[in-house]
Amino acid sequence: MTGLADHLIIVPILLPLVSAAVMLLLDERRRGLKGIIGLATTTALLIVAVVLLRQADLMGMTSAVTTYQLGNWPAPFGIVLVLDRLSALMLVLTGVLGIAALLYSLARWHRAGPRFHTIFQLQLMGLNGAFLTGDLFNLFVFFEVLLAASYGLVLHGAGSARVRAGLAYIAINLTGSFLFLIGVSLAYGATGTLNMADLAQRIPTLAPQDAALVAAAAAILGTAFLMKAGAWPLNFWLPTTYAAAAAPAAALFAIMSKLGVYVILRLWTLAFGPGAGALAGFGGEWLLFTGMLTIAFGTIGVLASQSLPRLAGCSVLVSSGTLIAAIGTGGGTVIGSALFYLVSSTLGIAALFMLVELVERMRDPGADVLAVTMEAYNESNEDDPGEEIGVAIPATIAILGGSFIACALLLAGLPPLAGFIGKFGIMAALLQTDGSSVQASAWILIGLLTVSGLATLIAMTRTGISSFWARIDDSVPRVRVIEMTPVVCLLLLCLGLTVGGGPAMRYMEATTKALQAPQDYVTGVLGAPRVGSADGGPRP
Amino acid sequence: MTELVFALAVGILTGSGVWLLLRPRTFQVIIGLSLLSYAVNLFIFGMGRLRVGAPPVLENAEAIDPSLYADPLPQALVLTAIVISFAMTALFLVVLLASRGLTGTDHVDGREDPQ
Repeated sequence: MTGLADHLIIVPILLPLVSAAVMLLLDERRRGLKGIIGLATTTALLIVAVVLLRQADLMGMTSAVTTYQLGNWPAPFGIVLVLDRLSALMLVLTGVLGIAALLYSLARWHRAGPRFHTIFQLQLMGLNGAFLTGDLFNLFVFFEVLLAASYGLVLHGAGSARVRAGLAYIAINLTGSFLFLIGVSLAYGATGTLNMADLAQRIPTLAPQDAALVAAAAAILGTAFLMKAGAWPLNFWLPTTYAAAAAPAAALFAIMSKLGVYVILRLWTLAFGPGAGALAGFGGEWLLFTGMLTIAFGTIGVLASQSLPRLAGCSVLVSSGTLIAAIGTGGGTVIGSALFYLVSSTLGIAALFMLVELVERMRDPGADVLAVTMEAYNESNEDDPGEEIGVAIPATIAILGGSFIACALLLAGLPPLAGFIGKFGIMAALLQTDGSSVQASAWILIGLLTVSGLATLIAMTRTGISSFWARIDDSVPRVRVIEMTPVVCLLLLCLGLTVGGGPAMRYMEATTKALQAPQDYVTGVLGAPRVGSADGGPRP
Repeated sequence: MTELVFALAVGILTGSGVWLLLRPRTFQVIIGLSLLSYAVNLFIFGMGRLRVGAPPVLENAEAIDPSLYADPLPQALVLTAIVISFAMTALFLVVLLASRGLTGTDHVDGREDPQ
């Protein structure tokens, strides 16, 4: 545990923080420089995340986790950062989305308001921190960091619609944060620890009255995370907010709702696995039914959506619901396929959010809110973003249409894109019950998954026809290469996931195995020696 | 007795906070959020058990009886929570004013209910 390579774990948190701080010092007019710094930071983040992913995968053979003790205090007394396959996967996903959204925003969105690049980096910092931390209260702090940044991003570009959506978004998230705090302090009051590994270790040995308190704490925490993930009935804010947000911000938010799913998966498998004594499997049915209701609500929302941004927002709900329900079934291979689905659907939704903005330009060119804010920030006469910089893509409509079809296939879960593998994997795993009959809830879930795929396909086809075929007289939208590249790259990445499905699926299954053996996580975190001590014992 | 007063205080603050949070005016919402944050902060504090006159800081590192001391951790947590909720309330206030300016009404939906 010496050398610089061991400090790599904290880089995803420190690097965006430093970069955000530096950019705060720069004058607001030097957007080009800020863009370069931001791009360099996100590229470095992605590289670090990929290195960490490889490291986690290789280390996974011998030990479940790699820990980083902040201030060299051993867990559970100090705060630890924990790297395992799941968190490494989420880091890579954040890195990919970060770089895609930033590239997209460089075309015009980063000029639509002040301090976009700083807020963007802080959002990445909060996300990375939340994925890495092994401490409940630290998780709360990173949640607040990313929420504060997301408030900024929701309001980026201003305009009445964004402020109205932002108001509801901030209010509901503040309430969620209060629930989070109540849950955390209740868990602390009952168990006397905030370290996730220590919590998992103590839960099986609790006295009955304390176990009831922990169950209450878990339910309250679960509500807060489900709210974040967009589970019904706490999700009415989500489509409105995501649809109102600027396209690059919405693309980044696609991973934010997955953060809620991640935390539930992490805490639930850790604390309420089969070894949790009286509380084993606590709340599993709730997760399953909440997830199914969310899929149903999202499906209806997708079908009822009048506008493309709202449709994209509702497909976030379908994706979240699928994941929550899959976690709720708790079966071994279900979670592996669900993780695969998580990656493909997050990439697909992010691509869709960015694509939607480009397609929407076809509808009312020049009349969008952006033009107003550009004027407010005195940008209109600097250069016309559509004409001077970059190359206007030939056959814009063809590429837009092709990407739209790819998004539709991905979200509906049709072959040949990765969405199919994920959904098919979930269904296959649900039907695999080792001889005993398939449960009724599993049948309902399979039915819902199929119907939601069909509904997504119908809705996407309908809007696709009305945007691409029926509006031939409309002007061709001015789309620049730098805007189209991230969308196409995200979709190609999904194609890559299909082609490289074998290794990816193996990784997901290894992740699931590690998740289902929480004991390794616990011993890995609590048994990690302090740096510079031979015995790993506590400080004298 | 302390416990009863404490619990009542948290309960009343939460109740008033939730009621105000569900009101249609943005100013009521922000006051509701503030009251809720006070309630939550008190709750966190209470989770470290209520003690009177017990110091939270150890005077020396020798073997001492921890039961003579108050739990310092919830106090640290509550400090963090206060700072964060204060900052978020300030931010919400800015958005509230922006909403008032842009929509011309202080209704949370940005438009008045049709009477």
